[in-house]
Amino acid sequence: MKAALDIASVLAISAGAFFFLAGTVALLRFPDTLSRLHALTKADNLGLGLVVVGLLPRAGGVSAGLKLLCIWLLALLAGATVSQLIARTVQTRDVRS
Amino acid sequence: MLDFLLAAAAFVLAMVALGLFRILRGPTEADRMMAVQLLGSGGIAGLLLAGSARIPATVDVALTLALLAAFASIAFVMSAAGETER
Amino acid sequence: MIAALNIGVAALVLALALFTIVARESFAACVGFLAYGLLLTLVWVQLQGLDVALIEGAVGGGLTGVLVIGAAVRLRSTQAAADAVRLGMPARMLAVLLSGGVAAAMAACVLALPDPAPTLAPQVSASMAATGVANPVTAVLLAFRAMDTLLEAIVLVLALIGVWSLAPDRVWGGRPALGYDVDPDGILAYVARILPPIGIVAGIYIFWAGADHPGGKFQGATILAAMWLLAMRAGLTDAPPVDRKWLRLALVAGPAAFFAIGLAGTVTAGAFLAYPDGYAKVLILAIEWALLPSLALTLFLLMAGAPQRMSAP
Repeated sequence: MKAALDIASVLAISAGAFFFLAGTVALLRFPDTLSRLHALTKADNLGLGLVVVGLLPRAGGVSAGLKLLCIWLLALLAGATVSQLIARTVQTRDVRS
Repeated sequence: MLDFLLAAAAFVLAMVALGLFRILRGPTEADRMMAVQLLGSGGIAGLLLAGSARIPATVDVALTLALLAAFASIAFVMSAAGETER
Repeated sequence: MIAALNIGVAALVLALALFTIVARESFAACVGFLAYGLLLTLVWVQLQGLDVALIEGAVGGGLTGVLVIGAAVRLRSTQAAADAVRLGMPARMLAVLLSGGVAAAMAACVLALPDPAPTLAPQVSASMAATGVANPVTAVLLAFRAMDTLLEAIVLVLALIGVWSLAPDRVWGGRPALGYDVDPDGILAYVARILPPIGIVAGIYIFWAGADHPGGKFQGATILAAMWLLAMRAGLTDAPPVDRKWLRLALVAGPAAFFAIGLAGTVTAGAFLAYPDGYAKVLILAIEWALLPSLALTLFLLMAGAPQRMSAP
């Protein structure tokens, strides 16, 4: 049982690391601000979610697990809000200039 | 398992470093504002991977970071878009 | 493996610090500084200073970020003038030499410490049972070095008065910060309705956990202040005018209670800020509960800034 949980953790964390890699590659390669912002928000938050899922079996108790989930949800909320606000800033600057 | 977690933490932080390098170079202010968001997701992932295996209280630090990274990003955008102030 | 991770993090932090120094625009430097602060949190965790990591994340990520970014945005219009008066090369070389010299001296001192470094940790561990708290940092801050904490609380109030003194005479006693024209159905108002309740719970939890785990009143107060600032910036609430009696009473109530407990200690236990036997935990809790609202209010007002408009009569 423990070995199965460990393997699940390793798989989830590896998937999360892959999404971080994808997000960073996109950051380095995409041509303009808005597409970079999109890649950053989506890929990195998904990567964080997978890392959290991978760490859940190792959390010490229900409250620690709930805290981990809370962290991910907060990061999602922040990412969603901030990406919208930054995109709006980019747009108003473009319209005005 | 611990070695794997630390290696994953190092990898994620390397990704964050690469991303920061690109973002901080970015020509517009909006590009730079993304740095806080990058750290908010990547930095928290790295922190959780590096710390929670050995020190359980790292989760509290990550929780505080998540709350305040959200807040810092929002304050960023509010300040940079200063034209909306009455 | 741990060593490799630590070296990587240290290198990244140094690179960010270098970027912050050489960046040409103040906004870029501010972002670099904020990122540097957030990464320093990870450094503190690696050094196993969890309470300091909490403070670094809360203050460096939240408070300092807001203040520094606000300043950078205000100074945006002066960027051209600032660029025009760049220091000449001799002055800059002198600055580099002085900073490098100070850094090298500090590094030499740290590296020259005997191994194991002199520390009072064993004495603290031995005496901690008397204080009734399990977190040694809290024991040091509120029992063994309570004087420092009292003075810090007072210094914060003094700093706030200093910030208020920047207000023009005609708005002395008014509301801090300009009103924010925010779309009430927009995303900012939405997140300002969702995040503060979570933040308040998290802030009080981290304050409460400070007795036995990393945490404490300062970290909790920072989170509470940040949530209030968010609500204010999103237009959901307005900053209170700073001449209100309740505000001024709330600001001094915390340090005053702390001071009163200290004075009571001279009568009951023989020294200022001494705790009588068996009452240490109760008094520590009382001090923390008294300081939390004052501290949150002080930090919020520090972030909100100097008064800038009179409230409607």
